Amino acid sequence: MTAKPLGVRVRKGATTLSFLAPALIGIAVFFLYPLGSAVYFSFTKFDLLSVPEWVGLDNYRRMADDPFLLQSIRNTLWMVVVFVPVRIIGAIGLSMLLTQLRRGTGFFRTLFYLPALVPPVAATIAFVYLLKPGTGPVNHFLSTIGIEGPLWFNSPTWAKPSLVLLGLWAIGDLMVIFLAAVLGVPASLYEAASLDGANAWQRFRSITLPTIRPVVLFAAVTGVIYTLQYFDQAAVAGSIASGQATVGGGISSNFGFPEGSTFTYPLWLYTVGFRYSALGYANALAIGLFVVALAVTLILLRRAKAFSGEEQ
Amino acid sequence: MTAVLDQPSVLTAPAPDRKYQRQRRLAWIGKHSIAIALGIMFVTPVVYLVLLSLMTSDQALTADYWPNTWHPENYVRVFQVTPLPHYLLNTVVYAVSSTVLVLLSSVPAAYALAKLKFRGSNALFLLVICVMMLPPQVVTVPLYLMWANAGLTGSLWPLIIPALFGDAFCIFLLRQFLLTIPSEYLDAARVDGCGEWRTLLRVVLPMARPGIAAAGLFQFFYCWNDYYGPLLYTSENESSWTLSLGLASFHSVHHVDWNLVTAATVLAMAPLIVIFFFAQRAFVQGITLTGFKG
Repeated sequence: MTAKPLGVRVRKGATTLSFLAPALIGIAVFFLYPLGSAVYFSFTKFDLLSVPEWVGLDNYRRMADDPFLLQSIRNTLWMVVVFVPVRIIGAIGLSMLLTQLRRGTGFFRTLFYLPALVPPVAATIAFVYLLKPGTGPVNHFLSTIGIEGPLWFNSPTWAKPSLVLLGLWAIGDLMVIFLAAVLGVPASLYEAASLDGANAWQRFRSITLPTIRPVVLFAAVTGVIYTLQYFDQAAVAGSIASGQATVGGGISSNFGFPEGSTFTYPLWLYTVGFRYSALGYANALAIGLFVVALAVTLILLRRAKAFSGEEQ
Repeated sequence: MTAVLDQPSVLTAPAPDRKYQRQRRLAWIGKHSIAIALGIMFVTPVVYLVLLSLMTSDQALTADYWPNTWHPENYVRVFQVTPLPHYLLNTVVYAVSSTVLVLLSSVPAAYALAKLKFRGSNALFLLVICVMMLPPQVVTVPLYLMWANAGLTGSLWPLIIPALFGDAFCIFLLRQFLLTIPSEYLDAARVDGCGEWRTLLRVVLPMARPGIAAAGLFQFFYCWNDYYGPLLYTSENESSWTLSLGLASFHSVHHVDWNLVTAATVLAMAPLIVIFFFAQRAFVQGITLTGFKG
């Protein structure tokens, strides 16, 4: 490329900058600056009324013996290990089923997708009602066929599985992504395999799955990221199932109900910061979350080609 | 719907004999039965909520599914006896203003990232992805302090003002869409003497309408559903509460009126479902764009 006169280059640079200015300011003010502050604050101790006081690594040492933190890490890990794979398997299953239907594909696709549109808070309220141990229709139905239903959101064992059910119900977005991937598998591959006598499961294992593998990776990474910030459903389910939801301040004393079983990491971070006003410690927790989320993001970015489209 | 989704089933092969045909018919019935059963399970929660919202408050406390008497007037009462109108207004203000502002600030940035060559564009794009991927809780405390120092907590401003400065997910989605527009169109406009801004406004915008629609829908839905933001910034002042926040605390104030709580819940989801049916195409396309490319 031949060098252009300085004036042209400056003007071109100025035009590009004018396109990017709002976004650059946004990233600097609402992301980079607060991220830097969080790192600094994580070495300090303060609340809403006091000035940050340098305490070195105290907050990080405190993380090592905080039983609630340990519990919230366990809960979040449980969600990563169960919630993410279950949702991926569910979405692949639904999209495979849709490709196999001869009639009403569009109708069923819309039906399966619709719950993804329901606001999380509304969906959580609906599920707490549906799964109400005494008078809820699910346990009522189970008792008519002779099964004694669990306590669902009111049981420390079943509260997280109930959240998984809620997540499965709202699987629509993931299903649409997998549906596009599954339909992108060349039909000629299936025909060749059919001629070789491969059955449906073999065709799925040896053709569909390898072809959609990048989408599975994408879904796994975004699923883990989603689980790391899982807040709304856990917060609302805990407050409503406990029967005495948020009053006034909107900050509930019933987060994590029952027995801390729905205390996810972000929920604990929020509680430490905004209920206990231990802002320094909350920032240390935030930095912990940042490191883990960044590591997971980097897995995806190593496959940066996937994100950058055709032109790069 | 989009053409790619309407392709016929890919697993069909010619049917040679009758035994084979019978097997296939059985498989057909089996698959459709599974689809119908799953379909019922997917709609049940919503149907149940609607039925509950039409009962008397006494019946709503029982295990009944079917209303003894129908009370559509619950939907009027919920506006009269709860702060629902207020929540609704705040939610509309937040969702509409944020969507408009985010589009205005994100489209140029997405265009620059997709179509303009400049030094550091790759690095900037990686930064956008990082912002998009990292949990919002990481920067919650410093951001809250920032807004508290500005005296704006307790209002909707901390939710709306950032929209002036773009949104990472929106920029990402729009960029992915703009990459699909052939650069020849832009080159032609430039040869005709259009500046970059005019190229964007006159040539790119009309072609990018589906992508912009998808990005706008996602932003609107995100704001409408947002619970964490309003909880963080507005919980101290009930007059700024949005639907999500209001619904979550409804239960305590109106805990015996489940029919009204469910009526409000149905009203919170209804607009989204109506919008979806009008904009299904843009929606599905948008979701597919967020997925893996290449």
